[in-house]
Amino acid sequence: MDFISKNLPYLLAGISVGGQYALIAIGYTMVYGILRLINFAHGDIFMVAALVTVYATTSMPLYLSIPLTLVVTVALGLLVERAAYKPLRNAPRMSVMISAIGVSYLLQNLALYVTGGLAQTYPAIPFISGTVQIGPATTKMVTLVTPVLTIVLVFALMQLINHTKIGMAMRAAANDFETSRLMGIKVDNVISMTFLIGSFLAAVGSLLYFTNYASVVPTSGAMPGLKAFVAAVFGGIGSIPGAVIGAFIIGICENIIKGLGWTTFSDAFTFALLIVILIVKPTGLFGEGATDKV
Amino acid sequence: MKKLVALAMCAALCLGGVMTVSAEENVVKIGVFEPASGDNGAGGKQETLGIQYANSVAPTVEIGGTEYQVVLETVDNESSAEKAPSAAADLVSRGVSVVLGTYGSGAAIAASDTFAQAGVPAIGVTCTNPQVTEGNTHYFRICFLDPFQGTVLANFAKDNFEASKAYVLTKLGDDYSAGLGHYFTEAFEGLGGEVISDTFPEGNADFTSYITTAVNEGVDVIFAPTSTEAAQLIIDTAASQGVSVPLLAGDTWDSNVILNAAEGKDVQVYVTTFYQEGGNEEFDAGIKEWINADSTNLANNGGDDTVAAVTAMGYDAYFTALEALKNAGSTDPAAVNEALWDTTYTGVTGEIAFESENGDAIRDTAYVKVANTETGAWDFVAEQGVN
Repeated sequence: MDFISKNLPYLLAGISVGGQYALIAIGYTMVYGILRLINFAHGDIFMVAALVTVYATTSMPLYLSIPLTLVVTVALGLLVERAAYKPLRNAPRMSVMISAIGVSYLLQNLALYVTGGLAQTYPAIPFISGTVQIGPATTKMVTLVTPVLTIVLVFALMQLINHTKIGMAMRAAANDFETSRLMGIKVDNVISMTFLIGSFLAAVGSLLYFTNYASVVPTSGAMPGLKAFVAAVFGGIGSIPGAVIGAFIIGICENIIKGLGWTTFSDAFTFALLIVILIVKPTGLFGEGATDKV
Repeated sequence: MKKLVALAMCAALCLGGVMTVSAEENVVKIGVFEPASGDNGAGGKQETLGIQYANSVAPTVEIGGTEYQVVLETVDNESSAEKAPSAAADLVSRGVSVVLGTYGSGAAIAASDTFAQAGVPAIGVTCTNPQVTEGNTHYFRICFLDPFQGTVLANFAKDNFEASKAYVLTKLGDDYSAGLGHYFTEAFEGLGGEVISDTFPEGNADFTSYITTAVNEGVDVIFAPTSTEAAQLIIDTAASQGVSVPLLAGDTWDSNVILNAAEGKDVQVYVTTFYQEGGNEEFDAGIKEWINADSTNLANNGGDDTVAAVTAMGYDAYFTALEALKNAGSTDPAAVNEALWDTTYTGVTGEIAFESENGDAIRDTAYVKVANTETGAWDFVAEQGVN
């Protein structure tokens, strides 16, 4: 009992942060699946979503500002795709990746300009900001909400991909870009849809993440973004269940390592894991056995 | 066409560069070397506010019988030890006579060499790490040092909370955080206490596990000398995990960022600091009016008119620099450097004089304040010295 009461908080924190990484990782993995592009700006879209909430709540009630955040984030994701990736559709893959890195820095520096470099306090959202007692551990409600919401959203997404027309188009585009275009699939719409879903999930992820860690700075998206990327690679980039499972494993391991007292190495672990996975099983846990990758 | 556009843009840039240079007689330049972004952005801005306010109070100075206009040259060192030297070089190239700053010891240590090579003296405002002034003759400082501050906090923990076990949480690679943590640990163990130490990496936002460890270890106080950005998260996490032991920190936490983070939550936050609001009514009233009169100043002060200790320190640093300029009788940096050793000034934060070895301020008391979570203001607790 003593063992449980001491270690439960680490586990809870791990599951919670894992769920939040998962929501970001889906965005990485879906875009990669279709475009073979690692969208480095994804973590920054996550950060912008948080800033939109911060500024929106100063002028309107939460029931308006949260939907607004979701809409603005999705619009930003679509805008980035249209402005920075679409013109490079036929360019070498490396150009698109560099464009993505450019967008990432652009968003960070815009955020720096807007916030003036000061950390913004994320507003408390009723219910999920409240504290809750689980056995011997006290934590925020969001810790419990995150894994449930993540699983519900992933389930809905899987239904969308496997049982709808647009989902079929996505699978087709992921499988063979050129052929699906020849078959009359509007590939541009499919790509937009992918960015829409990815940005939407990033916005939901940012709501949960920043409710837990209530301070937003322009570089807030960088670390969660990188870790979600590692999670996506770990699970097999291109695979949605893989990304989710990878994210939970990383979140939990990270917190267990902190619990063991090796706090200095918690980040090192995540990136060491990336290296090991790339060496031992480059396609990740559930990855396709494709031969051409970045 | 594209080439033409590029050419036009280059030309515009050059023109802009030329146009900013305007010659004016009898101007003395004081460099403001502070972070406006990054981890210490909030604190740096508050310190800069103090300097700017002082400049608005005393915009001219008489040096060697001539009236000089004081111009502040401001750069952003981005709270970073990597960016600090180039920001410092920028100040040097603008021809400053003396530099004020910086908030955050790491950037001060990193920039020290640049100032030394240029022969420009610097006055540290709130950088408390001993290494800033140690072994050099150009870096001075008007605040107390970490060995002192760490000892004061250890004494305070022992005297007020009868603490026997402390959790010390510092940031990896941050000179201020690691230094203060080290001196606290040394003093606390010297008083017979036990210390559990942990570090967190740059960019970490998840403090749940750290707080859990502290609770599991059954500590009596948590000491977290960190930047205000990490502080917000630490306070928030401690509150949501129902931590009942007091949180202790150094001068960095004396900021309305902390007050806002603690307001309405069930946490006890104690800090040591340089100045307690109300210490000088005239100064408080003046600066509040000045801050409220300008929305940019208000935003830079974190949205309200709480007077942070670093603002008061910035104010005093400016006047100390003016005294040094008067004593030097010249705007030559070398003469100012020489004059600084014997410069004294009675500021709002107390007497300022420099000891003759490293150029550190002679100070022997710190104020301890507690965050009132109901009113969102600092309450004065005690003046604490070293036992």
